[in-house]
Amino acid sequence: MSVENFIFLLYILVLASYCGFELIAKVPPTLHTPLMSGSNAISGITIVGAILCIQEGAWSKYLGMAALVFATINVVGGYAVTDRMLQMFKKKK
Amino acid sequence: MNIFIQLTYLAATILFIVGIKKLNKTQEARRGNTISAIAMLLAVLATLVHSKLLNPVEIFGCLLIGSAIGLIWARKVEMTQMPEMVAIFNGFGGIASLLVATSDYWTRAVEQPGLSTDMVIIVSILLSVLIGGITFSGSLTAYGKLSGKINGNAIVFKGQHFLNLVFLLAAVTCGILVSISMDSIYAMMIMIAISLILGILVVIPIGGADMPVVISLLNSYSGMAACTTGFVLNNSVLIVTGALVGASGIILTQIMCKAMNRSLISVLLGGFGATSGGTGGSGNAGDMVIKEVGVEEAAMIFDSASSVLIVPGYGMAVAQAQHIVREMMDLLEARGIGVRFAIHPVAGRMPGHMNVLLAESNVPYDKLIEMEQINDDFANTDVVLVVGANDVVNPAARTNPASPIYEMPILNVDKARTVIVSKRSMAAGYAGIENELFGYPNCLMLFGDAKATLTKLVGELKEQ
Repeated sequence: MSVENFIFLLYILVLASYCGFELIAKVPPTLHTPLMSGSNAISGITIVGAILCIQEGAWSKYLGMAALVFATINVVGGYAVTDRMLQMFKKKK
Repeated sequence: MNIFIQLTYLAATILFIVGIKKLNKTQEARRGNTISAIAMLLAVLATLVHSKLLNPVEIFGCLLIGSAIGLIWARKVEMTQMPEMVAIFNGFGGIASLLVATSDYWTRAVEQPGLSTDMVIIVSILLSVLIGGITFSGSLTAYGKLSGKINGNAIVFKGQHFLNLVFLLAAVTCGILVSISMDSIYAMMIMIAISLILGILVVIPIGGADMPVVISLLNSYSGMAACTTGFVLNNSVLIVTGALVGASGIILTQIMCKAMNRSLISVLLGGFGATSGGTGGSGNAGDMVIKEVGVEEAAMIFDSASSVLIVPGYGMAVAQAQHIVREMMDLLEARGIGVRFAIHPVAGRMPGHMNVLLAESNVPYDKLIEMEQINDDFANTDVVLVVGANDVVNPAARTNPASPIYEMPILNVDKARTVIVSKRSMAAGYAGIENELFGYPNCLMLFGDAKATLTKLVGELKEQ
């Protein structure tokens, strides 16, 4: 990785963190649990990394496959349970 | 990496941001979650196309197994167990990051030693392993504590911080060895082991009352783990989304710490539940005069009230009393009595947990009022019903400098004309502190299981 590339990624990190703070500071306390399980599902983005690891090669492939299973549980379960919760927050009456 | 995958990642990033933005409003939150899920699907599909499916059977097999487990789990889980589930999913995110980084390490160190590997990548791999491992074992420990499989109290022992320091220094040493020579496979393995041990050591000193902080913190870690994995793979979508999650966890951690008037450092160093046990506030417990109230009398008090505030706590959820509380609310409202709920930020076991439990029993969310908005209203309220809440209504936080919860923001229930506390017994709450509220002249104790006594109370109200 070149220095320029690394600095570029740092830019992305800083901007995304700022963006995250701004977005999430406005979420009302009522939705904090769904926010947490939802953002938890997002952290399963590692799924992308796991797929990229499953190339040829024995151990690196098996490790990638294990990662893929765990990340998928995190993503699918996280989104499903968040949806289940948010369903309950329908407007009543 | 070609233009197609980059553009799809960009689209996914935008959708993630839009999805989180929509979580700001209760009405739009569900759609926001769906948008975020679509973003994830896009990112995954683009990656599948890009990786040219060298191993389609393996990849789809793993995706299928993971999806099935995730879906079944998400359907089955009780709302009271939500913190456990979030904890364990956090852990899975962490272990996934650790495994991806280890896989990448193995490729570079053993399988394709010719790959160019520079300092940025090595440091990223090491960080990803460290954070991922801490997230995993820390989350499992939190899960064990929350589900009662291991002791929920703070476990503190002598030399704990010193031990943590030793392990951290050992991790740094291993890290240096690996970065000097990628072939130091044993150093890498020790590094993984240390990260797992550190996760346990970081979480065991945190007591039950601090659980909302732990869950938020681990949530943040899982995002940071994904983020560092992004640096390993030079992948911007991992960095962006990881940073979003990391930021979200840190904000919630801050909110929780503020709600308990504790600093993050003091939470991490631990000892809230364990050390405070019999000390502060218990001195005057012996000469406290407690007034009991029966169900009939309580029903009469509610019947003559014009405004009622309900303060729910985790005890309500454990007794599964939220549905009968809702029924009581409907009954009182039918008589023109105003009913609202006062929610303390740390009621429950994770941020906003109480709101979910009440939403599950169909309490409209506009009746759930946050502490800061409701606290001045207690003085104008006829009756406050406290159900299974203890520490969040303890006036010692205002009056007793010796109490471990002194200066913690609390709900000012003692200012109301009458307080009725539904509670199993006089046992101390989650934080293990006596509550002087129970001895106040305007406080009446309604002893018994919350569900049983409130059911009787509702029956009594119906007859009147």
